[in-house]
Amino acid sequence: MARLTINGKSMEVNVDPSTPLLWAIREQVGLTGTKYGCGIAACGSCTVHLDGAAVRSCVMPVSAAVGKQITTIEGLASGGVLHKVQKAWLDHEVPQCGYCQAGMIMAVAALLKDTPKPTDADIDARITNICRCGTFQQVREAIHAAAKA
Amino acid sequence: MITKTPKIDRRSFIIGTAAVGGGLALGLNIPLGGSVVRAQDGSPEITHWVVIRPDDTVVIRVARSEMGQGTITGLAQMVAEELECDWSKVTTEYPTPGQSVKRKRIWGDFSTGGSRGIRTSHEYVRQGGAAARTMLIQAAANAWGVPAAECSAANSVIRHRPSGRTTTYGKVAEAAAKLTPPEKVALKDPKDWKLIGKSVKRLDTMSKLTGAQVYGFDLKLPGMLNAAIKDCPVFGGKVKSFEAAKVKGMPGVRHVVPVGESAVAVVADTWWQARTALDALPIAWDEGPNAKVSSATIAEMLKAGLDADQAFVNNKNGDAKAAIAGAAKKVEAVYAYPFQNHAPMEPMNATAKYTPDRCEVWVPTQNGEAAFAATLAASGLPADKCEVYKINLGGGFGRRGAFHDYVTQAVLIAKQVPGTPVKLLWTREEDMLHGKYHPVMQAKLTGGLDASGNLVGLHLRLSGQSILTNVFPQMLQNGMDFLTFQGLHPTGDFAIGYSVPNLLIDHAMRNTHVPPGFWRGVNINQNAIFLECFMDELAHAAGQDALEFRRKLMSNHPKHLAVLNAVADRAGWGKPAPQGVYRGLAQMKSFNSYVAACAEISVNGGNQVKIHRIVCATDTGYAVNPAQIERQIAGSFVYGLSALFMEECTVKDGHIEQTNFNTYDSMRIKQMPKVESIIMPSGGFWGGVGEPTICVAAPAVLNAFFRATGRRIRTVPLKNHGITLV
Repeated sequence: MARLTINGKSMEVNVDPSTPLLWAIREQVGLTGTKYGCGIAACGSCTVHLDGAAVRSCVMPVSAAVGKQITTIEGLASGGVLHKVQKAWLDHEVPQCGYCQAGMIMAVAALLKDTPKPTDADIDARITNICRCGTFQQVREAIHAAAKA
Repeated sequence: MITKTPKIDRRSFIIGTAAVGGGLALGLNIPLGGSVVRAQDGSPEITHWVVIRPDDTVVIRVARSEMGQGTITGLAQMVAEELECDWSKVTTEYPTPGQSVKRKRIWGDFSTGGSRGIRTSHEYVRQGGAAARTMLIQAAANAWGVPAAECSAANSVIRHRPSGRTTTYGKVAEAAAKLTPPEKVALKDPKDWKLIGKSVKRLDTMSKLTGAQVYGFDLKLPGMLNAAIKDCPVFGGKVKSFEAAKVKGMPGVRHVVPVGESAVAVVADTWWQARTALDALPIAWDEGPNAKVSSATIAEMLKAGLDADQAFVNNKNGDAKAAIAGAAKKVEAVYAYPFQNHAPMEPMNATAKYTPDRCEVWVPTQNGEAAFAATLAASGLPADKCEVYKINLGGGFGRRGAFHDYVTQAVLIAKQVPGTPVKLLWTREEDMLHGKYHPVMQAKLTGGLDASGNLVGLHLRLSGQSILTNVFPQMLQNGMDFLTFQGLHPTGDFAIGYSVPNLLIDHAMRNTHVPPGFWRGVNINQNAIFLECFMDELAHAAGQDALEFRRKLMSNHPKHLAVLNAVADRAGWGKPAPQGVYRGLAQMKSFNSYVAACAEISVNGGNQVKIHRIVCATDTGYAVNPAQIERQIAGSFVYGLSALFMEECTVKDGHIEQTNFNTYDSMRIKQMPKVESIIMPSGGFWGGVGEPTICVAAPAVLNAFFRATGRRIRTVPLKNHGITLV
C-alpha cells in the first residue's frame, strides 16, 4: 500500500512499493492517458510531473512518489480550460497517432515552467521524447507558440 | 438485399466521439423494396456511409483505420464534399468487420496500408455522399411538391430556389431514408470542389491532448484480466517446458498457459503482475535449426545471389550486359539494407473474450477484416459468432495490417479462460523480438558510360527477401515477387523515372527464417537508395552534375522530372550553398505519387551529420488536405532518417539482438531538419500520401554526404560507419 497524491487527490494505492509509478497510475488509479512505450526510460511516453518536474514514470517506483504531487496528462488542464501547451498543440495540430503526445506535452509543460521562453537549443536539450510518427516539426512550432501565449 | 436489421453494437463505437444517434444512414447499392431498414436504436437506415441525426449531426462511416495519418479526416472530406453538408457537424465512426461480412462487404476494403486509404476508395465514398445528397434533396422536394431540379443543397441546408424555402438535412432525413437510392450519381468536377483540397482541421485532435483517447492498450472491460507473453526468441522454435508452479503463488497471478506451440502467457489481475511473474517463470525452449543462423550467414547467402545465374526479371529492355561490357567506362557498386523493426510507440496488443458461442476481439488494427479472419481461425467459431471492434492505433507503419499474430495469441489465451475478457499486451522487448521486419536486401549495380558520359546500360541486381512469399504467396507471379521492385517497374504506381537504352532489373530471391513484413514505404526504401545513390555515382564517374545527368534520362518522364526540378529550384541547386553546406538529390515514383527531395547537410569531423533542411516535392495527383500531407512528409522523413542513421535488427543464434530503444534508436527533436514541402498536385490521378515521400530522404542525404566528404556510404545504418546524426 502507498498513499499517493495524483492530480490534487490523495489516494491509497494497493501495490507493492516497488511497482513502477506508471503501472500504479494506469492499473490501480485507472488513469490511462500516461503510456507505456519502452519500460526503460528511453522514450518518454510515460512522462508525468513530480512536484512540477518531468519524470519518466516507467522506472520510478511508487515508493519514490510518496509525499509528492503527481500530475498526469488528465490533470494538466484546469477547470476545463486547456493548458497553454495543449492549446498550442490543438492550434498547430501536432498529434498524429497521438500515443506519445501525453508524454511529450507533459515534458514541454515542465520545460516551459522553468524556461518560459525556450530557445531551439533549450528545446533540443530538454525534449528527448521519441515520436515514431515524426511530429517534431509541429512540436517545435507549438512550443514556441505556447511560450508566446 | 438486407433482410434483417443489422445489429449496431454500442461497443463498436467505443472510441467514437458519439454513439449512434437517432438518425439514419444513407448510401449506395442497397436496393430497397419500400421498407426501411432500421438501426438498433430504431433509426431508419438506408445504407452505409452517411448517418444524419435529427439535430443535423452528420456521421460519416470510415472503413479504413486511423493510425495518425489523418485518413478519417480525409475520407470524411471526400464524402462531405459530395454530400454538401455542414463540415462543422461532421463526425465519424467505424463499421465493424462482422457487420461488413453480414452486409456483403458494402464498405469495401478495410485494409489500411500501401497508402491506399483515399486513392483506392475515392470514387465509392464520394458516390456515397452524392447519393445521400440526391435523396435528401428529393425528400425535401417531395414535401414541398416541387421538382427536385429546382432545389439545391449547401451546408446541410436544402433550398427551393424559386420560392426561397429552406429546410435542413436533419428534418428530411427520415423521409429520405424511405427513398430508393439513385442507381447512378454524377460526381463533381474537381474544379468545383470546396472541401477537397482544403486544409480543414483534423477531426480527432482534441482527445489526443487530454489523455481521453482510448488506444487498444487502454481498454477496460468489466472483469478483465491482463496477460503478458513470451514467444520463443528464435523464429520457428517451440516451448519445451515451463514451470508454472514457480510463479502461481505470485501476487495477482491467475493462470499460466501455453499459447500455441511456441509461447507462454501469464494471466494476472494487472499487467504489471503478469509481466513480473512472466519474468520469473522458467521456460525451456526448443530453438530448432534456426538457432544456427546469424547476420553473417544471412549476408553470405544474399551475397551469393548478387552473381547468381537465376533471377526474376522485372524490367528489361535492350541488352544491358552487352552494353555495359562494351561501354567506355564501367561503374559497379554493391549496396545493402538491413532488417528493421516497425517499433510503433504502442506495443502489440489485443483484448479477447471467448465463450463457446461467441468470440469478441478489441484491437488496434490496420485491417479490421484481417483481424476478424484471425479471430475466426483462432476461435474455431463461424463468422456470425465473432466480432472485432477496431480501436485507434498508437502507430501502425505496416506492422498491424497483414499480421495479427497478437490477435491469434489473445484468442488462444481467452479460450483457456472462457467468459473472461483478457487483454494481452506485449512488452517492448517482445515487440522487438517478434517483428515482421523490413526485408533484408543487397544490390549490385553495374552501369556503362559511353565516351561522352552517357548512360548506355544499367543492371540492377537485387538479392534478398520476398515479403509476398512470406505473407501472400498467392500473389506471386510465376514465383516472382513484383513488390520487390517497387520504384523500379517499367510502368505503373512504382514506375522508374529514367529511360535507359539497355536496362536489366532482376531479383535473386533469398529468403530467411526472419519474417519480413510491410514496413512504411516497403521495398521502395532500399530501392530508392540503390537507384538514386548509384545515379549520383554514375554522374560522378561521368564528371557531370547530378541533376543534369538525371535530366538527360528523364525526358520521357515529365512528372518525375517536374518534382525533381521543383526541389532543385527551391533549394537553389547549382547556386552556391551556405559555407560548409552540401546538397543531395533523389526522386522516385512511389505509391502512385511523384516525389523528390533535396537535402542540405553539413558534416563535422567527417562523421557528425547535421541536416539543415530537406526540400520535398510531391505530386499526388489530387491533394485532399495539404496540411496533413505536409505532416506526413515531415513524419515520413523522421521514420526514414531514423532507419538510415540508427536502425538495424541483427541476428545472433537465430534471434534478433536489439530489444528496446536503447539499442534500436529513433530520431529526437534535436535531429529534426527543417522540412519544406512543395505540394504540387497536377490532377487527373490519385496518389498516396502516407508512404511515398519516405524513400527520397535517405538517398538525398547520402548523396549530400558524398559531396561533403567524398565518402560513398553503401550500407545502412550509418551508425555502423561511425556516422551520427546531430
